[in-house]
Amino acid sequence: MQPIRTSRRLLALAFAAAGVLAACSKPAPDASVRAGDLPVDAEFGKKLQAQLLDAKPGTVIEIPAGRWHLDRGLSLRVNGVTIHGAGMEQTILSFRNQVAGPEGLLAQASDFRIEGLTIEDTKGDALKINSGDNITIRGVRVRWTDGPKTSNGAYGLYPVKTTNVLIEDSQSFGAADAGIYVGQSRNVVVRGCRAEQNVAGIEIENTIDADVHDNVATGNTGGILVFNMPNLSQPGHSTRVFHNKVDANNTANFGAKGTAVASVPAGSGVVVNSNSLVEIFDNDVTNNATANVIISSYFSTGYFSTKGVQPGYDPYPRGIHVHGNRFAGGGDSPDGMELKVLKTAMFGLNGHFPDVLWDGYVDPARANVAEERLCVDASASGVLNADGPHKYKDPKVVTDALRCTLAPLAPVTLSAPAAAHASAASI
Amino acid sequence: MPVRPVLALALCLLAALAGCSRAPEPVTFIAEGRPEHLSDWHVLNVTAGRLAPNAGVLPYDLVTPLFSDYAHKLRTVWMPKGQSAKYSADKAFDFPVGTILSKTFYYPRGAGAPDAVLRTYDAEPGAPAAGLDLSRVRLIETRLLVRRADGWTALPYVWNADQTEAQLQRTGDEKILALVDAQGHGDKFTYVVPNENQCASCHVTNLKTREFTPLGPKARNLNRTLAYADGPSNQVARWVKAGFLTGVPAGELPRAADWRDPQAPLAERARSYLDVNCAHCHQSNGTASNTALRLDAPGPTDWSLGLCKASVAAGKGTGDRIYDIVPGKPDDSILAFRLASNEGGVMMPELGRSTVHQEGVQLIRDWIAAMPGHCQNDTSIKD
Repeated sequence: MQPIRTSRRLLALAFAAAGVLAACSKPAPDASVRAGDLPVDAEFGKKLQAQLLDAKPGTVIEIPAGRWHLDRGLSLRVNGVTIHGAGMEQTILSFRNQVAGPEGLLAQASDFRIEGLTIEDTKGDALKINSGDNITIRGVRVRWTDGPKTSNGAYGLYPVKTTNVLIEDSQSFGAADAGIYVGQSRNVVVRGCRAEQNVAGIEIENTIDADVHDNVATGNTGGILVFNMPNLSQPGHSTRVFHNKVDANNTANFGAKGTAVASVPAGSGVVVNSNSLVEIFDNDVTNNATANVIISSYFSTGYFSTKGVQPGYDPYPRGIHVHGNRFAGGGDSPDGMELKVLKTAMFGLNGHFPDVLWDGYVDPARANVAEERLCVDASASGVLNADGPHKYKDPKVVTDALRCTLAPLAPVTLSAPAAAHASAASI
Repeated sequence: MPVRPVLALALCLLAALAGCSRAPEPVTFIAEGRPEHLSDWHVLNVTAGRLAPNAGVLPYDLVTPLFSDYAHKLRTVWMPKGQSAKYSADKAFDFPVGTILSKTFYYPRGAGAPDAVLRTYDAEPGAPAAGLDLSRVRLIETRLLVRRADGWTALPYVWNADQTEAQLQRTGDEKILALVDAQGHGDKFTYVVPNENQCASCHVTNLKTREFTPLGPKARNLNRTLAYADGPSNQVARWVKAGFLTGVPAGELPRAADWRDPQAPLAERARSYLDVNCAHCHQSNGTASNTALRLDAPGPTDWSLGLCKASVAAGKGTGDRIYDIVPGKPDDSILAFRLASNEGGVMMPELGRSTVHQEGVQLIRDWIAAMPGHCQNDTSIKD
């Protein structure tokens, strides 16, 4: 492994990259960020994998600055390991010519922490953490440098079946499914992150107790998604989405058909599908051309099949509370012919959908249960019930009928080790 | 047992005839560490142009094996004297400390280029009992699973070009080979030797307990006849006779369907194939349990097998298909699509192969094509 050539050069590079991120709306694939002149070491991948094999609880693996090419996915199975790069602009792991994997890094470990590096151009998921407790991902960037492509890896940052998860100050660009995705997990905080040019920017799926706040989701197909899919180990509930910036998520859907996110229309800001107890507040949600907020049921995904869904699956979104957000623009150019026709028929060629688009599915047995309602306050311009249950025959604006409030959800509290990581970093 | 000393004596005589002055050393169980060379274990010997099991090392074969880029496999089992595995009807046997399982991946050599290897199911003459003629085969790697006091250790050894020794490669390796037919036609591919963690990706079948277990030596997959040096015998019976196995119940033992047996029912062959090739991850507590797709046999034939089940985390692996299995329609089924791919992020299994198992894909396609029914798609409900 070689040292970085000069610190001045690196600094210039970091400034250039920061400038791109701040000024440009499509920062992902930029030659100056790709750091083509940083050192390369062909043996690096083997050395790093050996370090991961030899790691013991408490091991800190330092990955020096450099642009490292790896042709095989990395894997970790030891608890209590920290992987520490020199910063997401400085330490770059490129998997462009990957022959085996398919992930960039697969961790099956608890008390795992990874920070300060970039993982790019993996064949499959970039960083997958499968089962584990106390997971911290901080200052990690994942990206596909050719921009949005269906052949990109599915997930960027991908903890699944995990508990006590903190994803902080991290970024994802170009994932063909979800950039930052937390699935079948419990106690999750996603904050200070940036998701751009993914199909789904940030997705919380079948997860219990998640706080998604102070993130930026822009230029995705859908900005922030809270979903419940059938057949999985647990149904999710209790997610707070607050103080995020969800702007102009209008990129054409490039997900492969058959994925859950392929059903998301381009131009979706915050989307709730079949999940329950979701509180969406204090966000800036702007310029999402289909609708700034979409509340929907699994029936609207087009994937429902009686045989293929586990009995007992709940396809209804229940207890959804949208309040105190700042909305602007959006709803003016919905994706797909049916929605375009609906928009034009109801609001005219130059009109737009109200801020909240709802497919209208309600569990007929529990339609009058107060805690399971959809409640939208006056910070939204209105709610359109698209009347999905009757094949969209009788759509109507139902703003006034949904002016209710629900009890606030409790904040997520991470258990000790993840919280300790968090406080150590803030010193 | 009288057979062993006689055999050892015969081997000594052979060795003496070949000019070698001493008998091969006995198998050595090494209780800790990671020996650098396969020969440190003395499980397999390279002598007189053959790779052969050492005295007391029993070769075995499986009813339905895992597909590994058309590689042939020489499997062996050895246990310390007086030790034996405990029988299980459905899981891998419970092996004693000291057990060494070996699996040597090799190909019959193809015509033409030195890296040409043959794509064939034909067994090598004398294999596995008499080992392998090294002039006819290309050795790639030998994986050892060693049962130590603290559990199983996986050690991947990669053979040198002279086929005289295999060196430990903990972080795996890659070999560029050309897989050719009898006429010499075929394509290059990258054979990937897994790293130690990737061994565990398959051998740790339960993410909750994280217990590392062997996969092949289960009653249902060993319950077949093998041609031993002294004649054919049922493998389970031979393990008992060799003192390697206790607790075998009387009567009929479970037996997996042979995926290549045209006489066996199609569904059983397909389920047996999926069980061996997919279920180490796709089972209730396995690595792929997050997908809710269970391919272990016997298991229920419903959404959990993929029937009309939407994908969970497939990404581009859906190939624009909606359901894992659409009865009667292999072309619309994600399962068949992913088996037929060799692209990272799409193909399944995601480890252990770089080529497509054409015959395996055909089996699964035939199975899906023969399924009755359809996926009723109620996208709207009436109230």
